Amino acid sequence: MSAIENPVVVSAREAAPPRPLWQVIVIRPETMTLVLLILALFGASLLSPYFLDFGYILRSFTLSAEFAMVALVLTMVIIAGEIDLSPAANMALSACLFAFAQQAGIPMPIAIGIGLVAGLVMGAINAIMVIRLQIPSIIVTIGTLTLYRGIAQVIAGDKSIRVPEWFIGVNNVLMAGIPVPVIIFLVMSIVLGLVLGTTIFGRQIYQIGTNEVAARHAGIRSQRIKMGLFLLMGLVSAAAGILTASRLGSVRYDLGLGGELQMVLMAMLGGTYIFGGRGTILGTFLAAWLLVIVSTGMTVANVLPAVQLVVLGVLLVVSIIATNAIYSRTQR
Amino acid sequence: MLKKTLLAGLALGMAMATTVAIAQEPVKIVYIGKNTGNPYFDSITGGFEDACKSLGCEFEFVAPATAEATSQIPFIEAQIQRGVNVIAIAPNSPDALNQVLDSAKAKGILVLTVNGDLVGNESHRDATILPVDFTKTGPNQVELMGSMIGYKGDIAILSATTEAPDQNTWIAAMNDTLKNDPKYKDMNLVATVYGDDQPEKSTTEMEALLSNYPNLVGVIAPTTVGIAAAAQVVQSRGIADKVHVTGLGLPSEMRDFVKDGTVSAFQLWSPYNEGWLAAHFAVGVLGGTIKNEVGSTFEVPNLGTITIADKNAMNTQAELTTFDAKNIDEFNF
Amino acid sequence: MNLLRNIFLRREAGIAVMIVLFCIAVGAVKPQFLTLDSLRIILLLTPLIMIGAMGQMLVIVARHVDLSIGSMLGFSAMVTGMMFKFYPEIWWPVGFLVSIGIGAALGLLNGVLVTLFRLPAIIVTLGTLNLYRGLTYIVSNAKQIDRQFVPSALKSMSQTSPIFGIPWIIFISFGIGLLTYGFVMHTRVGRQIFALGSNPIAAPLRGIAVNKVTLLVFTISGALSGLAGILYASRWGFVNPSNTGSGFEFQVIAAVVIGGVSINGGVGTVLGTVLGVLLLGCVAAALPLLGIPGTTQSAIYGAVILIALLIDRTVRQQGIASLSRARA
Repeated sequence: MSAIENPVVVSAREAAPPRPLWQVIVIRPETMTLVLLILALFGASLLSPYFLDFGYILRSFTLSAEFAMVALVLTMVIIAGEIDLSPAANMALSACLFAFAQQAGIPMPIAIGIGLVAGLVMGAINAIMVIRLQIPSIIVTIGTLTLYRGIAQVIAGDKSIRVPEWFIGVNNVLMAGIPVPVIIFLVMSIVLGLVLGTTIFGRQIYQIGTNEVAARHAGIRSQRIKMGLFLLMGLVSAAAGILTASRLGSVRYDLGLGGELQMVLMAMLGGTYIFGGRGTILGTFLAAWLLVIVSTGMTVANVLPAVQLVVLGVLLVVSIIATNAIYSRTQR
Repeated sequence: MLKKTLLAGLALGMAMATTVAIAQEPVKIVYIGKNTGNPYFDSITGGFEDACKSLGCEFEFVAPATAEATSQIPFIEAQIQRGVNVIAIAPNSPDALNQVLDSAKAKGILVLTVNGDLVGNESHRDATILPVDFTKTGPNQVELMGSMIGYKGDIAILSATTEAPDQNTWIAAMNDTLKNDPKYKDMNLVATVYGDDQPEKSTTEMEALLSNYPNLVGVIAPTTVGIAAAAQVVQSRGIADKVHVTGLGLPSEMRDFVKDGTVSAFQLWSPYNEGWLAAHFAVGVLGGTIKNEVGSTFEVPNLGTITIADKNAMNTQAELTTFDAKNIDEFNF
Repeated sequence: MNLLRNIFLRREAGIAVMIVLFCIAVGAVKPQFLTLDSLRIILLLTPLIMIGAMGQMLVIVARHVDLSIGSMLGFSAMVTGMMFKFYPEIWWPVGFLVSIGIGAALGLLNGVLVTLFRLPAIIVTLGTLNLYRGLTYIVSNAKQIDRQFVPSALKSMSQTSPIFGIPWIIFISFGIGLLTYGFVMHTRVGRQIFALGSNPIAAPLRGIAVNKVTLLVFTISGALSGLAGILYASRWGFVNPSNTGSGFEFQVIAAVVIGGVSINGGVGTVLGTVLGVLLLGCVAAALPLLGIPGTTQSAIYGAVILIALLIDRTVRQQGIASLSRARA
């Protein structure tokens, strides 16, 4: 598996002797994430006797599952050398439009469709600004982040829009004892992991992120692929927004406020390289659990939220330092 | 008399016998505030802490970093997991917490809303503790404003957010009072604006009020952030003799403005008593000495007889407390 | 060079025209918008953003970005506020030194992380944004510094004025603008920031100490956030661990981008940034006057940022096109 995910090193240097397999496996950012995850589990169990309860951890994960789904796609976007900070705002706006539509009497399937299309459109706006107009994605999506949530606020005001009783509570539906949002996340991880790790399309994403000009010369339609990624981002964000609506039972403009930070954190903690070209779905998958366990462990131990902010900030900085160090080692 | 005491003692003994399991372990109460760093909640927490000292319950205060609608959910989940007996909460949203509060109730946890209610979703909590009867807040504020401006002139309201449920109840009552009570017929409400409970935004709105309505003589700000911002504007322009500011504010934030004459009087209740009452009520209900039913009454030290009103609501005091230069130093919250 | 200057000129003229058109349009509906009184309101809305924008401009010109300024503002304001509260005997202007010093130290830490570990500034400062905010809660024990603890001499800086009824705080912010202008136009280091931002690869070859310049830029950004921190206490009279400075980075980045500082580095002027700040101030002051609910504010900000980006991009493309034409 690691052989598959090992990024292609485009280099004209002489071939060095192959590394021993254990080194290839151990010196990887995902390994770091896994070690942190195990440490976090230990730490959290020591911190509070109430923590180590599988059902509770799963329930807590559903609170972040929507962000985690989006983070998977975000990982692919970052690998392709771009970034999208607008998905949390996208979630809010598409959920608002969806809730608004169903409240206006539009049948549920069509209302869901409206929400998803809205998400696609928002993804397309990002894509056009970034790809056609060549404006850096970081600043475009800071702009659209403000705009999308602003529009949601104009539509919904400060009110919350209710969804019907039967639609509420997707997180309480269990399949084999696992809440549905977690199942969706698992399935998405496997599918996207396979796409990114084993298909030509997936390899092309890495090549674009490593060197877009070279990728284009090699015949990769980089613009089309990036366009597709931004659209996927919009679609998944909208779906995540609607799932959140079902979990909360109501939609407000501040749904998922600040979620972009958590998503970026998941991708970074999982070893995705911020400049593109490196990263895996497995890493983000592990990082999502790491993040949930760290924050849940501290919350159940009644640790001040301030300390949690500090820990998250330190984790982010430490994880990129480690990722950079690991990549600069393996590059040699 | 003796007979009555005996009887009460007997009843108490029986109550203790039936609830011996709870009596052995102290009642665990947690209060979930809107957000950390909000000076208002320090005072409520103080009430809880002192009550728990005398009643022998365990108390903890937790709060999310931001007051956004869903930020309290992980905290409620965590408290359910910790196995507390009572969750008291100042809800950040009237409906986004329904699901998780239901699961707390299903675990047998007593769910109280303290200082703010789930308006329209009252079935998702067991009881609510509010500082005063909110139907009287509007008229009280109008009367205070009227007394400051001689019951004559243009006034405006600077509120929190457009959908803030409490503020909107009060504003509706203010409108009603101004329209229907002949005493206030010369007072003219020219505008209601919203500062979203942010100091910067509230200041801008206040400044816009002053330039839009040059004849303004009074501003009612029924929110602690709004009144402080309005007072700051009036103070910085030195127009305290022309524009009178009042509303609901925290003595700790307003002390300077009262002392230098910018604000002659404002109102609030005692947040401390909310915590005090909530702790007594919770321990009483779990101990079986208080029935959580509409119409039943119970005694709370320092507060007298408390009646559980419609929708299981309780108030700590009947009328708002008015703070002015004479009494403001007696209050330390 | 002449050509580039023309582009700059055109860009700033564009913002100036936007401001004038906007004011005329609002003034047509609400004549009181065109009074000295509302000019005062606009100016009083801007000092903190102006000071933050000067630091952010330097950072962006150097091809970085600093998202942590709001948290640096909050932390230095909080520590200064605690000094006022617990050591009231200390002469209050010392607060300026404390606040600026703490801000500078936090900014330096950002710079060290960026240069020493070769990390992208956006991620580093996203991390320290959380870190510094968390530290603010911890040092303050999540307690607000109430009004009575902030020295009234400090508070009156936002109200009393040395001249023309213009409060001190506005003089300070424009003074910082002038200093920044002098720094970027007339010092070697100032020019090096631009050289570094326009071509980071060529910069070391031209003898620019890239790390030193980067450290300096982040330290300045931190120090100015610290200054904005104590002025926050002056303007609003209190320091709150969660409110103070939160969202500051978005306002400042919006102002800087609207002011024509290119996010690609190497391009930006003090005048443009000042105009960007003023435009934001005009919008913020006009909304309540027009009775537009605050809920639309964020949408309008977002739209303004995107429009500014489009303009920036168009100008840039034309500039490049005319450059290549000139070369041909």
